[in-house]
Amino acid sequence: MRPYLIALRAIVLREALRFVHQRERFLAALVRPLVWLLVFAAGFRAALGLSIIPPYQTYITYETYIVPGLCGMILLFNGMQSSLSLVYDRETGSMRLLLTAPLPRGWLLFCKLLGSTAIGILQVYAFLFIAWLFDIEMRPLGYLTALPALLLSGLMLGALGLAISSFIKQLENFAGVMNFVIFPMFFLSTALYPLWKMQESSSLLRDICAANPFTHAVELIRFALYTSWNGWALLWVALSLAVFLALALWGYDPARSLVRRKG
Amino acid sequence: MSEGLRVADVTFRYGAKTALEEVSFDIAPGRFAALLGPNGAGKSTLFGLLTRLFTTAEGRIEVAGHDIARAPRAALARMGVVFQSPTLDQDLTIRQNLGYFAALHGLSGAEARGRIDAALDRLAIAERAGERVRDLNGGHKRRTEIARALIHAPSVLLLDEATVGLDAASRQAITDHVHRLCAEDGLTVLWATHLTDEVRDSDRLVVLHRGRVLADGECGALRGDAPLKDYFLTATGAPA
Repeated sequence: MRPYLIALRAIVLREALRFVHQRERFLAALVRPLVWLLVFAAGFRAALGLSIIPPYQTYITYETYIVPGLCGMILLFNGMQSSLSLVYDRETGSMRLLLTAPLPRGWLLFCKLLGSTAIGILQVYAFLFIAWLFDIEMRPLGYLTALPALLLSGLMLGALGLAISSFIKQLENFAGVMNFVIFPMFFLSTALYPLWKMQESSSLLRDICAANPFTHAVELIRFALYTSWNGWALLWVALSLAVFLALALWGYDPARSLVRRKG
Repeated sequence: MSEGLRVADVTFRYGAKTALEEVSFDIAPGRFAALLGPNGAGKSTLFGLLTRLFTTAEGRIEVAGHDIARAPRAALARMGVVFQSPTLDQDLTIRQNLGYFAALHGLSGAEARGRIDAALDRLAIAERAGERVRDLNGGHKRRTEIARALIHAPSVLLLDEATVGLDAASRQAITDHVHRLCAEDGLTVLWATHLTDEVRDSDRLVVLHRGRVLADGECGALRGDAPLKDYFLTATGAPA
């Protein structure tokens, strides 16, 4: 087991070091949800009335409502960003270095996934801290109970990024991912508005939101931040993680040769 | 069990296009073999197969006696690779880059440090170990990659166009270094290149052209009285 753990530690540490060297990335990761929280939410709190929905037992402000969605947004962007870096790594060759290590390829990819998820979780806690400074507080224990939900959701979204990265042939194609994955996933979810609000405008949109794995990641985080748990969301997120991981492993299977290039 | 490299009847296709056709050669332990071929000859495809970035059902590859299809981890553990494109993390120091690689091979702590120091000494870059890769010149970056490929004490070293983009002096220095590794440490080397001046008469020469082995033997014997460049041009009809 020892070589596995040594590699895991090194890969996670390398992700962390890379992140430390990219301060702009950290700032961008924080500014994005903060703009939504402090500008968008402030403007929309009057326009969007919220009824009491689980897990909340009382009326809440719109800012409180969107915090879990913005945590999900950080993980979603982080997952996609690491998939971008994987495509970049593949073009520069450092992915080759990783894949020629004498360990199972699945384990190496999982280490990479865990490393990027850890970075995403750090960003989420930095965001929650700033939100707390602006008096947008969760239950104190919620910050702790959210950790497993953030980990599972981060792994799921990272696995999606990993799967996508194995199918993208060139870095230039990545803009398409932004348009066709990140934005639909984010807007067709419960990150910004609850399902019943969506139902009011279209039941089809509501059904799409209900099937969106990101919705369940947001709900899992929402309940966990409220020191409660949502079994249905947990099941969906876990199932999505399994499917995306399987897709990623298939994509990076040497016999399928997606990392190959003509020479 | 041979400590060398064996490629037997390897065929590989990209869809309908055949990139490699029944490629076979054997490199004995401690030999320096140059894989010479023009651009598009199939060298990078062969390297992809040798390093198991992708696989083929046709043919067999053995690294230090380990079949890469049946025992990929044992084969990869005995192999050092220097890829054509740089694979160093620019923002990390030489030592950090080497430490990362050592960990991928299950080495840590004092053992990793000892091996990293030995590899740095061997490539004469020990005094620069604390410098960021971004601040190194092309020659030193390549040396770092070669040092890195030796940390886990491989039996076989694969280098894919390792001197691309370097000036003449750096190319010469790196070619000399790798020849010394063969002679002094008994390392088996496969050196892919399209530059004829990097191959010595005593080297084993495998000429790859349009996915096939065109010639295989000792360089001096193959070229006869003609300069290698002329021999290569005549054999392949391609610019060397």
